[in-house]
Amino acid sequence: MKVYDLPDSHGHFGPYGGIFVAETLISALEDLRVQYERYRSDADFQGEFAHELKHYVGRPTPIYHAKRWSAHLGGAQILLKREDLNHTGAHKINNAMGQALLARRMGKSRVIAETGAGQHGVATATVAARYGMECVIYMGSVDVERQAANVYRMKLLGAEVIPVESGSRTLKDALNEAMRDWVTNVADTFYIIGTVAGPHPYPMMVRDFQAIIGREAIIQMQEDYGRQPDALIACVGGGSNAIGLFYPYLDSSTRMIGVEAAGHGVETDQHAATLTKGRPGVLHGNRTYLIQDENGQIIETHSISAGLDYPGVGPEHAWLKDSGRAEYSGITDEQALEAFHALCHYEGIIPALESSHALAYAARLAPALTSDKLLLVNLSGRGDKDMSTVARASHITF
Amino acid sequence: MSRISTLFGKLRQNRRKALIPFITAGDPEPGMMVPLMHELVQAGADIIELGVPFSDPMADGPTIQRSSERALKHRVSLQDVLTMVGEFRESDSSTPIVLMGYANPVEAMGYDAFTARAQACGVDGVLIVDYPPEESVEWVKCLKRQNIAPIFLLSPTTPQQRVERVASLAEGYVYYVSLKGVTGSLHLDLRDVAEKLDGLRSHISIPIGVGFGIRDGTTARAVAELADAVVVGSRIIEEIERSPKAEVLTNVHRLVKSLRIAIDAPSPEPSATVKLTHL
Repeated sequence: MKVYDLPDSHGHFGPYGGIFVAETLISALEDLRVQYERYRSDADFQGEFAHELKHYVGRPTPIYHAKRWSAHLGGAQILLKREDLNHTGAHKINNAMGQALLARRMGKSRVIAETGAGQHGVATATVAARYGMECVIYMGSVDVERQAANVYRMKLLGAEVIPVESGSRTLKDALNEAMRDWVTNVADTFYIIGTVAGPHPYPMMVRDFQAIIGREAIIQMQEDYGRQPDALIACVGGGSNAIGLFYPYLDSSTRMIGVEAAGHGVETDQHAATLTKGRPGVLHGNRTYLIQDENGQIIETHSISAGLDYPGVGPEHAWLKDSGRAEYSGITDEQALEAFHALCHYEGIIPALESSHALAYAARLAPALTSDKLLLVNLSGRGDKDMSTVARASHITF
Repeated sequence: MSRISTLFGKLRQNRRKALIPFITAGDPEPGMMVPLMHELVQAGADIIELGVPFSDPMADGPTIQRSSERALKHRVSLQDVLTMVGEFRESDSSTPIVLMGYANPVEAMGYDAFTARAQACGVDGVLIVDYPPEESVEWVKCLKRQNIAPIFLLSPTTPQQRVERVASLAEGYVYYVSLKGVTGSLHLDLRDVAEKLDGLRSHISIPIGVGFGIRDGTTARAVAELADAVVVGSRIIEEIERSPKAEVLTNVHRLVKSLRIAIDAPSPEPSATVKLTHL
């Protein structure tokens, strides 16, 4: 059997990934690659990471059987991997913790990050506070306005939040600005990228730190159900929670479904369904599918969920799509909201709007399957941050 | 012989250094580009670096970002940039034109389509900021097939092994980024540049241009002492940005001319060659 062993030594997943950055960043990335290779197999480092995940983050997260919702849908059983129960309320902290520990080993006293909805910014500000590191978060000025509560959370945690006024003033521009900061301050600064995108080694490194999700799931499924699920379902913006769940399953035959944000519909120009509607190109240091116009300019995307509102996607997902190992599908704003309310109603769990896309897909798949089938959905985050968005969508003002 | 090597040959004979202004195609507006390019030549530019606007200019500072945004408001595409070069070529057959930009517009057009059209329009060299040599094997082949020079960046942090790799691929000239950071940054350490260029010369046989952080005649003059070419970008874009449209040509001409005069000034006494401390 062929064992999955991507990326190659230059960070390629088939034709995707790689290192597409200006010369000024090359040596910083090379240094990061060498250091990460070293600590990746270092027992002390991995031991400290595991300890922090257990005692600070609160892992392992349980797998919960959504019985009432499954019964209501009639069909397959829906199981939830409860990443929403992590400290700070989402899977983002797994990776932020891993990279912060690496930053410490590399002697960097300052960490920077980009953020869209603010979840990765909060996770980074959290670990920076935990280790007494200076922290600067770049956030598009449009997102700063949309996500005021998270901006305040980051400030409470001691981070400086810098609104980015260039381009479309959203996540992709925040990433550009963080890269510019890094190239200028590389001597003392570590750039904590929040998803499985960016130049090598980021997509691999972030995947490795998130893979704890899938590794736990394999053990928990065996213990609780005596077998592995029939399908894994996770939302995909950049794709870190999905890769975290999928990666340990890649050599198995378990079906994998990535769910992108179809916004107002993939037939409109208001969506973020990169793998469904995009074309391969180069952005943010890697080759991958991109939402772009006919001239290669990156187009603004739309999703009700800020965390999925990104015109690219991790290069490993691009490869998993082309190779057929994973399937990708879209869920609209409306469908995601419906699933959001259903989970609140039937299970007493308020999911993040991002995760609601994965839930909505499961709700469509489950009735077509028999009741002995098991669908494992990554509930990547909790929905407290989405209160005002959901209220607005329901025409409610506080 | 290519326009770029002819130019550097001539400059060497006359013991002069090249002045390379950078402008973004489409800024301040598409209709002004060809006249602006001719104006640069009249003011003393030897090569023109023409920026291809991109929605996500990751390696650029605020000045060139804004310039790119202004050009994109006019929906200037890579195709349009090539058309501008073709028009410029109708009345200037000798000044080399180098396109500088990001990978995705080229990826969208396709390597073969782009290089064939660039050749037909009279493009002499192309620098894609986010194509480092490792990812450039096919790209360089396509350029060379059309006799277009692949131009690469070198930075203060480039180790020797990579310098050798760039040396084996690059044609025309190499572009040494004189400081860490993005375009338009303020501080330039000339002593450091001098040291690094000395090191580069043992590997690089083609001319070396220096850019990033050159904002006035004094710095341009000092850099010209060290390098074969002086690249000035953000300072010129600032002039375009702050000038009323009717005065863009005059003001840019005045600025480029002043840089030209500074670069060409007779060599000062060795003791005063480069006042490193106050720069």
